[in-house]
Amino acid sequence: MRRGPSWFNLVSITLGFAFLYLPIVLLVVWSFNASKLVTVWGGFSTKWYAALLQDDQLLSAAWVTIRVGLLSATIATVVGTLAAIALVRGGRFRGRTFFSGMVYAPMVMPEVIMGLALLLLFVAVQFDRGFWTVMLAHTTFALSYVAVVVHSRLVTFDRQLEEAAQDLGCTPSRAFLQVTLPNIFPAVLAGWMLAFTLSLDDLVIASFTSGPGATTLPMRIYSQVRLGVTPEINAVCTLLIAVVATGIIIYSLVGKWRASGALAKR
Amino acid sequence: MYKRLGEDPFYLQAYLSSLKFAATGTVLALLVGYPMAYGMARCRPGVRSILLMLVILPFWTSFLIRVYAWVGILKPEGLLNAFLKLIGLGPMTLLYTPAAVQIGLVYSYLPFMVLPLYAALERQDHTLLEAAADLGSPPWKSFWQVTFPLSIPGVVAGCLLCFIPMVGEFVIPDLLGGPGSLMIGRSIWMEFFANRDWPFASAVAIVLLITLVLPIVLYQRQQARALEERA
Repeated sequence: MRRGPSWFNLVSITLGFAFLYLPIVLLVVWSFNASKLVTVWGGFSTKWYAALLQDDQLLSAAWVTIRVGLLSATIATVVGTLAAIALVRGGRFRGRTFFSGMVYAPMVMPEVIMGLALLLLFVAVQFDRGFWTVMLAHTTFALSYVAVVVHSRLVTFDRQLEEAAQDLGCTPSRAFLQVTLPNIFPAVLAGWMLAFTLSLDDLVIASFTSGPGATTLPMRIYSQVRLGVTPEINAVCTLLIAVVATGIIIYSLVGKWRASGALAKR
Repeated sequence: MYKRLGEDPFYLQAYLSSLKFAATGTVLALLVGYPMAYGMARCRPGVRSILLMLVILPFWTSFLIRVYAWVGILKPEGLLNAFLKLIGLGPMTLLYTPAAVQIGLVYSYLPFMVLPLYAALERQDHTLLEAAADLGSPPWKSFWQVTFPLSIPGVVAGCLLCFIPMVGEFVIPDLLGGPGSLMIGRSIWMEFFANRDWPFASAVAIVLLITLVLPIVLYQRQQARALEERA
């Protein structure tokens, strides 16, 4: 019989999770504090959230971030999925190892190097820095994450299903769209979400590749944060955490619902 | 450019202190993360998946926000000092010190350590431990002679996943560290944005990249081997 967790296990789990979550919880609590001081509780208040709506710079930064995120995540998902298909299906084509190394390199590369390299590229081809350069930069690093997620799903996909569809008269492209794509869709969706959150989150690469008029939300937060802790920033951060958490919870619920649906069909 | 880099003791020091910060951070993350992953692997499957989700969740939350949260805790009139005062330990200067950077590094990269460790520990065959116990091995000895050696692939993956990004870290030393906590990612940033010396910044970045190529190659080998084992 397998032993359950001992008291030592329980203590280390509790302390570990307290370490991971306490700072985030405190941040959320502070954002509702009427007092400006973090050590004084001045009563519950939502006034910092109201103040956010008056902050035009912050709102426009949020809008830029959302547009960059939606566009770059979508392009990265398409290109990343294609890259994953090439890696799984392409067999041992020439330069495959090099190609897979190149696809995965951005995941382990320090952000500062990625940002600098992309900027130098944009300068070399004389691409004016702004919204589009940030969008392209985010697409570049996000597509490796999409490729990894889709790759792991494609490896387990039974290719005979696709061959069967072709035997029954499907064109290869139709077989892909009607058989393969629906099958790997959860992974594609997960890849898109990962790409979107990464883009929402990125400060370093955006700072290097951005230009006038394209300040993203993390850049805006960062320039404020350097001046110290303010309740308004706590409120923005809380909102961002709420958005991301809701997205993940919906995603995992949908996953559960799909899984139970698939079971019920059998 | 590279000659200038070699002649400037500032950069040598920045490289060395980045490596030191990252190495210490990795060891600390391992010390915190291993008992956590081990405990998680011992829980019931239902509890396990919830805990796993809780480890992954911070990874999705903004990095910047999580580092920023520590500013409010560590600052002189912050929460930690208020707590220390309450239990009678004098105020401590933490924010803008190397210690704050170290805390930030361990905190931010802990999930990267826990996940591969958990994956390695969860797969383990528990009958091995029973066999060891039947043969008269005390629990701590079984741990060192059975559990730990079997989890080494997870340890290696976790350490590399923490160490590589820690070396080039920019946000953490910038927000939590003071002038004493020199790190190379921050130096590249300064060279680029403050001094506007692009060629030099590139040279610093290339040297950093070369230092990281070995661990990155090691990581890819490890991944390839893990994939083959699974297949």
